Amino acid sequence: MRLERRTQTPLALALTAPLVAVAIALALSGVLIAIAGANPLQAYYEMLKGAFGSRLSISETLTRTTPLVLTGLAAAVAFRSRLWNIGGEGQFYVGALCAAWLGHSIAAVLPPVLAIPVMMIAGMIAGALLLLGPVILRIRFGVDEVVTTLLLNFIVLLFVSMMIEGPLKDPLAFGWPQSVAVSNDVMLPKLLSRSRLHIGLLIAIAAAIIIYVVQSRTVFGVKSRAAGLNAAAASFAGISLGSTLLVVACISGALAGLAGAIEVTGLKGYVTLDLSPGYGYSGIVVAMLAGLNPLGVVATALFVAIVFVGADSMSRAMGVPSFIADVIVSISLLTMLVCLLFTTYRVRR
Amino acid sequence: MMEALDIFTTASLWGAVLRIATPLIFGTLGALICERSGVLNLGIEGIMTLGAMVAWMTVYQGGDLWTGLAVAAFCGGMFGLLHAFLTVPLGLSQHVTGLGITLFASSLTYFVYRLSLPVSSSPPTIEPFQPLAIPGLSDIPFLGEALFSQTAPTYLAILAAAVTAWVLAKTPLGLAVRMTGENPHAVEAQGLNPIRIRIGAIVVGSALMAVGGAFLTTATFNSFFPTMVQGRGWVCIALVVFASWQPGKALLGALLFALFDAYQLRLQHVVEGGVPYQLFLMVPYVLSIVALIVMSRRARVPNALMAPYRRGER
Repeated sequence: MRLERRTQTPLALALTAPLVAVAIALALSGVLIAIAGANPLQAYYEMLKGAFGSRLSISETLTRTTPLVLTGLAAAVAFRSRLWNIGGEGQFYVGALCAAWLGHSIAAVLPPVLAIPVMMIAGMIAGALLLLGPVILRIRFGVDEVVTTLLLNFIVLLFVSMMIEGPLKDPLAFGWPQSVAVSNDVMLPKLLSRSRLHIGLLIAIAAAIIIYVVQSRTVFGVKSRAAGLNAAAASFAGISLGSTLLVVACISGALAGLAGAIEVTGLKGYVTLDLSPGYGYSGIVVAMLAGLNPLGVVATALFVAIVFVGADSMSRAMGVPSFIADVIVSISLLTMLVCLLFTTYRVRR
Repeated sequence: MMEALDIFTTASLWGAVLRIATPLIFGTLGALICERSGVLNLGIEGIMTLGAMVAWMTVYQGGDLWTGLAVAAFCGGMFGLLHAFLTVPLGLSQHVTGLGITLFASSLTYFVYRLSLPVSSSPPTIEPFQPLAIPGLSDIPFLGEALFSQTAPTYLAILAAAVTAWVLAKTPLGLAVRMTGENPHAVEAQGLNPIRIRIGAIVVGSALMAVGGAFLTTATFNSFFPTMVQGRGWVCIALVVFASWQPGKALLGALLFALFDAYQLRLQHVVEGGVPYQLFLMVPYVLSIVALIVMSRRARVPNALMAPYRRGER
């Protein structure tokens, strides 16, 4: 028995792969839920109810989907060119910090129509700049960007901690380490009244569509894909690997930075050290489950959001630790990797 | 200024260096063994977290400290086997699989921890490894306190570095592992099975990583709490590059790194006002990046690192 590379992947197979991966992950996690003393089927029912049971829970799930779409896109764009950007978490935080700082200081000077785009763009630039460092190190010195982007996540968190206890500390926060707050009139408009859902969701979906069009309809899309498929062949065909990777890095870092900027200006209003429950890392899972397809990212981000929001209320109802959400998501990543193998290879006797 | 230099003449600094270096030595050796056979193991951060928890849990449930380390090594080895199964016979992306293993191992660790201790405001502690004074040597002034009054796992870490160096350089097994990392096709031609060699190397390496994590709970902090590994695994991956994939240099690198870490902790108390403590805490991570930049060009990377081996496919 041996593996043979497929010349092309049937669409049906590509669409089935994530479903099978998630099903296996839910089955395996069900064993853990049973060990925790709960009925797995009832637990999953509680999760669905927690994620979709009421108007409030639906809006919470969609609010949680927003940053995951953007960090998922950040990973998907980079991974397609074999640029291993694991620094989404750090890029998210610098974007958030920039937006909070500007939202506090420019609100008095600029009208909201101008201030909101300025905050978004600043967050994107901050995220892009943070990723440029590791990418330049890779191109110039051959330093593996996985390790540098991972280490930068820790450096950025300490930097954020330094800023929100120092120059950007909110003097009204009673000693809590918390950044200055975004002025109320430049917060993103709500999408749904009496909920926390904001127009960030539309921005995220628009970003997914734009990335999809760029990847499938432009020369740059072809170049960025070629750089990932076969770097040697790409450069032989006259594609400059270095400059392609730099542009890809800017887009990827900007998307993660935008996620942070939107989370602050749409939802929280200020930066704390627990602003992100690992959105940067979950973004990697979102991207892989979607097979790196930008439109698929929207669907898989929704799935991951359902798991997280649902697990919280399931945990309250049934006493199963809410860490089960992280377990489900991480097993899905591993099972998806195996399923992807069968979409690119077939088994031959 | 003088005070900043005086730190170097205190025995407690040098004692702390060995203590801080111990988990890094185990972790770096583990990552090094995997990479010498040709497989990058980014599961290290999660495997260290897992090792820290299971060792602590074993002792907390009434087990012996050494049993704790053994259970940690076993569980680490099992997750190594999972990583090996996905990356070697299946040949999946080592980067993404490794991250997946880290996410899986750490989330499973937190789940099991929360399940066994549902409510705990302050994490319960265990009786840790006590310093083991080496008779005679520990009475030497200064050196005795700095080097010869460590806990037993610290001596074990140094021994592990020596054994790894010897096995890799001098034994047929070590030659086979190194050759698998350089050219698995040549290994196959010699009648050996590169797939089995890689799986074995990853299991052993992952067991060492878990022991490194276990040191944190059984000797340093006496208790387990989430996110306690704090990127030490990623630092180890950087140290492997810094060490040019040589066990001896890995030991030196870990010690040098621990020296900076121990020094910045003490410097925080000497430097007065104005300097945020976070700047000191950034030092280890910044140093890891600097080490990568300095060494990346000079390092001799194993030739087949990150290249999956499929029989009959080039």
